[in-house]
Formats: sequence, structure tokens, C-alpha cells
Amino acid sequence: MKRLPLILSLLVVLALVMSGCNSTSSAPTQAPQAEATQAPQKPFRVAVVMPSSINDLAFSQSMYDALIAVQKAMGGPEAMEFVYSDGMYVVDDAAAAIRDYASQGYDLIIAHGSQYGSSLQEIAPDFPNTSFAWGTTVDTFGMPNVFAYEAASEEGGYVNGVMAAKLSKSDVLGVIGPIETGDAQRYVEGFIAGAQATNPNVKVNVTWTGSFSDVSAAAEAANTHIAAGADVLTGTAQMVVGAIGVAKEKNVLWFGTQADQSSLAPNIVVANQVYHWEVVLTQMIDLIQHGTLGGKAFTINLANGGEVVEYNPQFDLPQDVKDAAETAIQDIKDGKIKIEVTK
Amino acid sequence: MITKLFSSTVILGILASGIRLATPYLYAAIGETFGQRSGVLNLGVEGQMLLGAFAAFYVSWRTGNLWLGLLAAIIVGAVMGLAMAFVTVNLHAEQGISGIGFYLFGLGMSDLLFQKLVGTVKTIQGFPALHIPVLSDIPVLGEVFFSHNILVYGAYALVPIAWFVLNKTTLGLKIRSIGENPQAADSLGISVAAVRYYTIIQGGILSGIAGASLSIGLLNVFQQNMTSGLGFIAVALVYFGAWRPLGVLGGALLFSMVNAFQLWLQVLGVPIPSDLAVMLPYVLTILVLVAAASKVRAPSALAKPFEREA
Repeated sequence: MKRLPLILSLLVVLALVMSGCNSTSSAPTQAPQAEATQAPQKPFRVAVVMPSSINDLAFSQSMYDALIAVQKAMGGPEAMEFVYSDGMYVVDDAAAAIRDYASQGYDLIIAHGSQYGSSLQEIAPDFPNTSFAWGTTVDTFGMPNVFAYEAASEEGGYVNGVMAAKLSKSDVLGVIGPIETGDAQRYVEGFIAGAQATNPNVKVNVTWTGSFSDVSAAAEAANTHIAAGADVLTGTAQMVVGAIGVAKEKNVLWFGTQADQSSLAPNIVVANQVYHWEVVLTQMIDLIQHGTLGGKAFTINLANGGEVVEYNPQFDLPQDVKDAAETAIQDIKDGKIKIEVTK
Repeated sequence: MITKLFSSTVILGILASGIRLATPYLYAAIGETFGQRSGVLNLGVEGQMLLGAFAAFYVSWRTGNLWLGLLAAIIVGAVMGLAMAFVTVNLHAEQGISGIGFYLFGLGMSDLLFQKLVGTVKTIQGFPALHIPVLSDIPVLGEVFFSHNILVYGAYALVPIAWFVLNKTTLGLKIRSIGENPQAADSLGISVAAVRYYTIIQGGILSGIAGASLSIGLLNVFQQNMTSGLGFIAVALVYFGAWRPLGVLGGALLFSMVNAFQLWLQVLGVPIPSDLAVMLPYVLTILVLVAAASKVRAPSALAKPFEREA
């Protein structure tokens, strides 16, 4: 029985690892590639590496949808083609994919996840003629071939908070976040600021699940918020689908971010802050085509159209709430509202 | 703030949450208990849960019939169990390693099928909360104990049944004796292979139901890797519960209640870093395991392949 403690500790460690991260080994999938055409110009080639799946209704999907939009705007696969590897939770796998794409001569390689930063820092100098982009961050490592991009997620968070405070009857709001950092933290801080600016009596309860993938933790967090009196919920990262399921069942309102989550529960999703990375991607591609391979950091926000608050058409939003949201959007764009964030 | 923690809302909230959260652990850990009592360590529980969760979700979504969805989870769990049994019983594979293999298979396969057959995250209408006449109407207690869906009750009903089968039936006696001394059991004419096939397939079925309890019971959604380590916790709970169904029940409830408790700590704004709060149930599990490890004895033949002496 000497092995027992060993097995026990292995199990617990394994469980901890599993609950924290999600390691899919799905093979890189190829987007439909353009047939060889007689077009005089070679298409612009983009490769992207993403942590979750392209249809997560959150972070990775926002990038996938943006690439589709850019491709369409540039004139289809003849002008721009892209490939992706999704579900790259394991940073080592992602690093290998980034290096592979670089070796294959892609024009722009996007490392869509702040966890890929240190890998990129190692890889980018080996391919000085290839352009890399990573987010969400503002750090280009001072390298001439690295772009950085991030989302001012607190802005849409603020607008969602304004609407949530106006719609709540109990004056209690619940927020479900993954880990207290980066994009998620900024969104939550923005949401709280917006809610409290609208109604100082409103109480915003926040829970962090400690995981981007633990759907059942997000669901139980939603249950707990509802038990504590919340009648409007929001949350960020891909595990919130569990919370949306609970919100739908218990008929409380939901505000989404990163991607449009209305399809999950058309009756209770009020609005979503949707990321439109195409605003940033178009500028990067333009710079690359004119010989600048990096060294610049971009931010999407409400003012530049990279973030859009999209109302769910199937939700009957009272006019005064919508007006308050529109005023907040305009004030943020004009710089009249400044949102304090930790970072 | 701390006094708020002891208000009735919070205490009842923790109880109701804990009861719900323990559901998938109970199914999976009771299944695993049978396997381990017969000497088989199955680390593939997580993979079986994921495939069960997907099967239940997909079939329910396509047919609109939750019972067919549950049946699909049972069939998928049984098939996974059958494969596991073949590998461990007939091929005498190292159980820890093959279990991890089955886990990875379930993880990848459920995601692949989800991408190909469903494509995007969708919600479905899962099993509704069951209204039990009289009991559900008891003030306060009705809300806490009798406002759950049928799969939650099923998990708790399973505990006494499992206890009875293991301790009071001939089958249970066979299972226990094979887990302690398969050579002796074999010499008495008990088929080690048949009994282990039975326990492993039953474990697969229960893991499948555990997955279904999430995808068509508690969460009503499927997402890649949605179990997120739950299956491994379930295996740990078998050790925690000292290979006894009642111990497993205690462990599952304790773990889930602490988890519910830390959620309330956060909701109430108790100034404790969220990272620490999230760790609480795990830390507690480790502490209890360490304290218990010296006192309980695992089945002697656990994780040892049985080869009949010629």
C-alpha cells in the first residue's frame, strides 16, 4: 500500500491541471483554400493560432469571424487566404504551429492568446521577413516584425453595466469571470463602473471560476448569484455558456461580451459587446503590404468601431434603457466618460 | 460581511448548490467504486463522461426526447466500458496508462463529433426540476431538497442501491473477493473476467450518465472539454470514500459544499483572493486524503491485471 499516497497525489494533481486548463489535441484544420487562379497577384496569406474552438461564441470565434470579414472585404480567397489551428490550449503545441506556419512563408501569423507571448518572443527573431501579431496585449517586445493588439473591453462592459443597472428590479447584478486578469478583468471593472454610475444603490457581486473551461463552475456561479438576489447576469470567456444555460432556465437577463451570444438564449440575452478585430487586421495588412512588418500596438474600442454593442433584436429593450446605452456609447467615444481600470 | 455568511439564504443556498454539484461526482464515483472493488482502476472516467455528455446532448437535440438522450449516454458509456474491459481484462494492459488513453480518446472524440455534427454551442431544454407532491411544497426544505431534476435524485438513489449490491448480494461478495484475491476467487470457480467485465461496463454506463447529468440535466449545453477535470475528481473521491458508497457520498457532498461555500464567499464580497477561494475544495480534498490515507486500505488487487495460473 506504499503506492496509495502516490496514486492519490497524482490524481489530485491531474484533477487540478484538468480543471485549470483544457488540452485538446485536435489537429490543425485547414480553411478551404483558394483554387489556383490566374490572378496576377499572389493572395495575402494569414495563419492564426487560437486557444479554444472557432465556434466558442467568445474569444476565438471573435477572431475567426473577423478573418472571414476581412477575407470578404479584400475580395475573397483570391486576394486573401487564411488557415487556422484552434483548440491550442497547450502553449507548446501552439508554439510548434506558429513556427510551422512561419516556415511555410505566411505573410502574417496571428498568435491569438496572451499566453503565446513568450513563445512568439523566441520565434519571431528567427523569421525577420515574416510579420507576427499577438493579443491581447500592448507589448510588441520592441521587435520590428511583431504587432500587438488588445480590446478596451471595459468600454462595452461599461455600456452593458449601464443597461443592466437600469433593467434590474432587485438592484443586484451578478458577474461571472474566469481568472482575474487581462481582458476579463477589464470587462468586469467596466461593467461595475457603468452599473454604479447609473444607479449608486446597485450591488454588483463578482465571482471568478478560476478556469476558462469549467462550464459547470460557471453554471453554479450563476445559480449562486441568482440565489443571492441577482436578476441580471453577465460574464466573460468561453465557459459562460454554462451560466447562460442557467440564466435561460431561471429566466434572468444576460449581457454577453466578445461575440454575439444571443443565439444561445434569444429571450434573455439583452445585448452583447462584439469584438470586430477586422478594424485592426485591415490596418496591419495594409502596413505589411507597404513594408512595415510590426512594431505597432493596436486597440479596438467603441470609437474606432472595433467594439460594437449589438442589441439582441429578439429582446424587447425599453427605449429609455437603449437611450441611456447610446448616450454612454457616445460619451465614451467623445472621451467624456473615462473608465478607470487596474492595468 | 462574515455574519451574512450565516444567514439562512446563504446556508440554504450552499445546501442546494452542494446537492446539485455532487450529482455527476456521485454517478461517476459510484461506478468507479465497483470497478476498483473488483481490482480495476479506470482513469478513463473523464473521457467516458465527455462522450456520454455529448451523446445525450446530441440525441436529445436531434430527437427532442431527453430519455432517448439518456439512453444514448448509457449505450456510449457501455461501449466505452466494453473496450476498457477488453484492454484491461483480456490484454492485461497497465490500467493507469490505458485509462489515460481512454480519457484522451473521449476528450478528442467528443470534440470532433461536436464540431462535425453540431458545429456551434447550443442550449437545449433539459430535464426540468421535478415537482414532488407534498415534499416540494414544504417551505424552505422543499426548495433545497426537492427542487431538482430527476437525474439529481437518481444519483442519490444510487448510493443505497450500490451499498446493498456490494455488501448484501452474492454479486457484491464476488466483486469484493476478486478485488482482494483474484487467485483465490478463481480457484473457487468465480470467473474473474466475467465479474470485471461487469463492473467496468457498469462503470462506463454510470460515467455516461454522469456526463448526461451535466449536458441534459444541470447545464443543458455541450462544449468541448466541458467536464474540465470532474472525472478525475470522481476517481479521487473513491479513495476519499475509502471504496464505500456511503464514503463516496460523504466525500462528494463535502467537496461540493465547500465549492458552493467558496462561491458564496465571492458573491458576498468577502475579501479573499478569488484564486485562493477556488482552491479551497481541492486543498480540503488533499488534506482529508492525507489524513485518511494511513487508515484505509485499498483493495489488494487494485490495478493489478489478473492472469490465470496454468
